[in-house]
Amino acid sequence: MKRLLLLLLVAWLAGPPASHAQSPEALKALTGLAVDDGDKREAAVNALGTSRDPKWLAFLGALRDGNVYARTQGKTVEVVIGGAKSTRGDAELIEIASAYDRKPLGIVPVSSLTEIAADRRLRIAIKPFLDADETRAQLASPDAETRRGAAVKLGHQADAGAAAVVEAAIAREPVERVRHALREALALIRLAHGEAAVRILAAQSLGTLHSFDAMPALQTLAADAGASPAERDAARQAIRQIERWSLLVRTVETVFQGASLASILLLMALGLAIVFGLMGVINMAHGELMALGAYSTFVVQNVFRARWPEWFDAYFVVALPVSFVVAALVGVVLERGVIRRLYGRPLETLLLTWGASLIIQQGLRLWFGAANVDVSSPSWLSGGFALMTGLTLPFNRLFIIALAAVSVAGMYWLLFRTDRGLAIRAVTQNRGMSSCLGVRAGVVDAVTFGLGAGLAGLAGAALTQVGNVGPSLGQNYIVDSFMVVVTGGVGKLAGTILAAAGIGGLNKGIEPALGAVFAKVAILVAVMIFLQRRPAGLFATRGRSAEA
Amino acid sequence: MPRREAAAIAVATLLLVVVLPVCNALPASSPLHLSDFRLNLFGKFLAYAILALGLDLLWGYAGVLSLGHGVFFGLGAYAMGMHLMLEIGSKSVYQSALPDFMVWNQVKELPLFWKPFYSGAFTLAAVVLVPGLFALAFGFLAFRSRIRGVYFSIITQALALSAWLVFNRNEMRLGGTNGLADFKTIFGFPLNQPSTQRGLYVVTAVTLVVAYLACRRITGSRAGKVLVAIRDSETRVLFSGYSPARYKLFVFVVSAVLAGIAGALYAPQVGIVTPAKIGVLPSIEMVVWVAAGGRGTLVGAVGGAFGVNWMQSWLTTSYPDVWLLFLGGLFMGVVLFFPDGVAGAIARAATRVSSLLRRSRELSGTGHPRPEPASRSPLP
Repeated sequence: MKRLLLLLLVAWLAGPPASHAQSPEALKALTGLAVDDGDKREAAVNALGTSRDPKWLAFLGALRDGNVYARTQGKTVEVVIGGAKSTRGDAELIEIASAYDRKPLGIVPVSSLTEIAADRRLRIAIKPFLDADETRAQLASPDAETRRGAAVKLGHQADAGAAAVVEAAIAREPVERVRHALREALALIRLAHGEAAVRILAAQSLGTLHSFDAMPALQTLAADAGASPAERDAARQAIRQIERWSLLVRTVETVFQGASLASILLLMALGLAIVFGLMGVINMAHGELMALGAYSTFVVQNVFRARWPEWFDAYFVVALPVSFVVAALVGVVLERGVIRRLYGRPLETLLLTWGASLIIQQGLRLWFGAANVDVSSPSWLSGGFALMTGLTLPFNRLFIIALAAVSVAGMYWLLFRTDRGLAIRAVTQNRGMSSCLGVRAGVVDAVTFGLGAGLAGLAGAALTQVGNVGPSLGQNYIVDSFMVVVTGGVGKLAGTILAAAGIGGLNKGIEPALGAVFAKVAILVAVMIFLQRRPAGLFATRGRSAEA
Repeated sequence: MPRREAAAIAVATLLLVVVLPVCNALPASSPLHLSDFRLNLFGKFLAYAILALGLDLLWGYAGVLSLGHGVFFGLGAYAMGMHLMLEIGSKSVYQSALPDFMVWNQVKELPLFWKPFYSGAFTLAAVVLVPGLFALAFGFLAFRSRIRGVYFSIITQALALSAWLVFNRNEMRLGGTNGLADFKTIFGFPLNQPSTQRGLYVVTAVTLVVAYLACRRITGSRAGKVLVAIRDSETRVLFSGYSPARYKLFVFVVSAVLAGIAGALYAPQVGIVTPAKIGVLPSIEMVVWVAAGGRGTLVGAVGGAFGVNWMQSWLTTSYPDVWLLFLGGLFMGVVLFFPDGVAGAIARAATRVSSLLRRSRELSGTGHPRPEPASRSPLP
C-alpha cells in the first residue's frame, strides 16, 4: 500500500503538469500498470482505453507490442515507452519517451528498465479498444466494401462514442449501400444509448432500413418492462416490418436457389434427354463425362497459371469450349466403339455405359488422385449482385443460369433451324423411315451422342464454380438428372425444361422444411406419384413409335 | 424336373451342405481342411447367391431390371441386425441396455419401432415381410402405371440413392453411417465360435437350395412361361388377355423377399450392417453377378454371384486400384461379348460339341441319331 501511494505521487510529479488531456484518472491508471498484479493491470488498460484519447490508444498499442517499460528512479517509478535499441560496448541501450505525449527522455541502458510484459489477458483487454479505433479509421478507407464492413462492425459494437463519427461519415458517403449500412449502425447505436424519443426514432428507422442485425436489440426492447409503451410499440412495429421483409427475402432467395439448381439439372439433363430420345439409351456415364469436363477445366486452369499468369482470369472462357470438346470426343468414341453395337437393347446399353462410367471414374482417380482438386474462380465470377437488403446473388450462380439458358437456346436453334437438327428429329421419330429416306442414322447417332456428351462436359465446367471437383463429381447430381429425364419424357425439349424447373424448384422449396436428405426422398415420391398420371413423362411420344 | 438335373442338384447340395462343413470340422493338419475364414467367405457368397436368384428371376425371366435390390437386401440385413443389437443387451461397451450408437447419440429410450425386434420370431417374420411389403407397395405403384424398361431401372436407382441417404442419417436411429455392428450372439449362440459360424453356413446353404428349388418351380410353371413372354413382348402378352403388371408384381415381391432373406443371413456372418450395402453401386454390382453368370439360367445367377465375389475378394486385397477398372470392364465385356453370361457360353459350347459328336457318329454309322437339343430362346 505504501508503495502504491508512492507510485501515485511519482506519477503525479513525473507527468507534464499542464497537459489538459491527461486526466488524473488516466495517470492513476498508468501507475496501476507498473504493479505486477493482473487485476490492477487490466483495470488500468480499461481506464486508459475508455478515455478514447488517440494518444492513450497509441500507448496501448505500444504496450501490446511489448515496448512499454517501468523505470525506477530513486524511489519513484515511471512508465515509459521504449524506442530504437542500440549497443555500445557490452551495454545495450534504448531510447525512451514519456507514456502520453512521447516526449523523448533520452537514451538509457536496457538493464535499468523493467519490461511491462503484455500477457494474454492484457492483450485481450487491449484488443477491443484498438479494434474500435481501427474500425473508425476504416470508415475513411477508399474501398467501399471496407467502409461498409466497418459500419456493420460499429453497429454491432453499438458504442455511444462512435455516433458522431458515423454521422459525419454518412454526410460524406457517396455509395448508397455503404450509406445504408452507416444509417443502420447509427440507428443501432442510438437504440442502445439514446433517450426514449431518440430510441423510438431509431427503432422506426431500423424498421424502414429492414435491418436484420437489429432484431436481437429490438426484441430485447420490445420485451423490456422498463421501457415506455411507446418505445415498445415502436420496437414491435419495426420487428414486424423486418420480419415481413425477411419473408420476402427468403422467398426470393428460395426462388433463386431453385432456379440455380434447376439450371444445373437442366444443363445435365439436356444432353441426357436428347440421347435418350434418339436412341432410347440412358447414358449412365453422363456423370463421368461431366467429371471429365470439370477436370478439363482444372487442367486449363493449371496451364494458364503456369504459362500465362497475367491472363489467368480468362482461363474459364477457354475452359468452357475445351471441356465441351474433350467430353464430346470421349462420347463419340464411346458411341462408335461400343454403344453402336447394342442398338435397340436399352437395358444392356445401360449396363454397358455404367461399366464405362466405372472405368472413367477410376481412371480419373488414378490419374488425378482421389482427393478433390482445387479450381479457383476467375475474379469476374466471385462476388455477387446485391439485389436487395439482405440478399446478394452470387455471380457464379447467375452465370450458370445464363449458361443453361444459352445452351437451351442453342439446342433449339440446332434442332429446329438446321438440317442436322431436322435429321436428328427425323431419326428420333422414326429411325427406319428416316434411313429409307437417306438420312444416315449412324452419323446422326454419333453426332447426337457427341453433342449430349459435350453438354455434359459444359455442365461439368460450370459445376467447378459452385462445388467440389473430385472423381465422383458426377454421382452427386446424376440420379437427379435421370429423374428429370424420366419426368420430362422424351421427344420434346420443353418436357426436360419443365421437369428440371419443377424438380429443382420443388427440391429447394421443401429443403428448408425437410432437410436435404428427406427433400430428395420427397422428390422421389413426388415423381412416382406423377408417373402414376403420366407414365411416359410430361410429353410422351404418341403413336406406334411409342411402343418400341 | 429331368433326372439328370435332379442328380446334379443333389450332388451340389451334398457338396455345399455336407462336404464343405465337414472339411471345416476336420483338424487343421488334414490336407482337406477348410479354414474358418474360407467357410465364412463361402457363407457370404451363398447369401449373395440367394439374392442373385431373385434378381435373375426378375431380370432374366421377366425382363425387369431393378437397380435397387440393395435396398431389399439392406432391409433384411437391418431387421436381423436390429435383433442382434438387442441381443447384445448390457454386454456392450457402455454396458447399457441400449445399443452403443444410441448411447453416443444421446438417445435415452429405445425407439418404439425397435421394441418388437426383441422377439426372435418377429425378427424372422420381419426379414420376409418388411422387404416383401415394401416391394409390394413400390412395385404396385410402378407396374400399375406401366413404368417399364429403362424408366423402371432409373426409378429403382433413385430408390437406392434415397434409401442410402436415409439410412445414413442418425435421426433414423439405425446407427447412421456406422450402421449396426459388434454383434455378440445369435439366438443365444455366441457368434465368435467356429461352430456357430458353421451352423450359419449350413443354414445359408440349405436356404439357397430351397430358394433354388422354389425359383425352379416358378420358372417351370405356367406363370414362368408368362414371365418369359412378358420379357419378350409385353404388349403381346397384354393383348392375349394376361395382366403383365400382376405377374411382374409377383416376381418383384418374390425377388425382394429373397434379397431380404439373403441380407438376414449376411448380417450375422459378416458381423456388420452398414448403409454401404444399400447404395447405388452395390445395387448395380448385384446386377453384374447375374449378367456375368448368365441371366435366364438360375444356375448362372448362383455361379455369377460366387465367381464375381470371389474375384472381388481376391482383387480388392491384392490390387485394390484395379478392382473398379475390372468391374467396369466386366460390365462392358459381358454385355458386348457374352450377353447370356458364362452359363450361356457353356451351354452354347456344349451344344456345338454334342452336334459335332453326333455328326462324327453318323459318319461312322454307329449309334442312334438323337434329336436336336432344344435351343434356348434368344434374349431380347
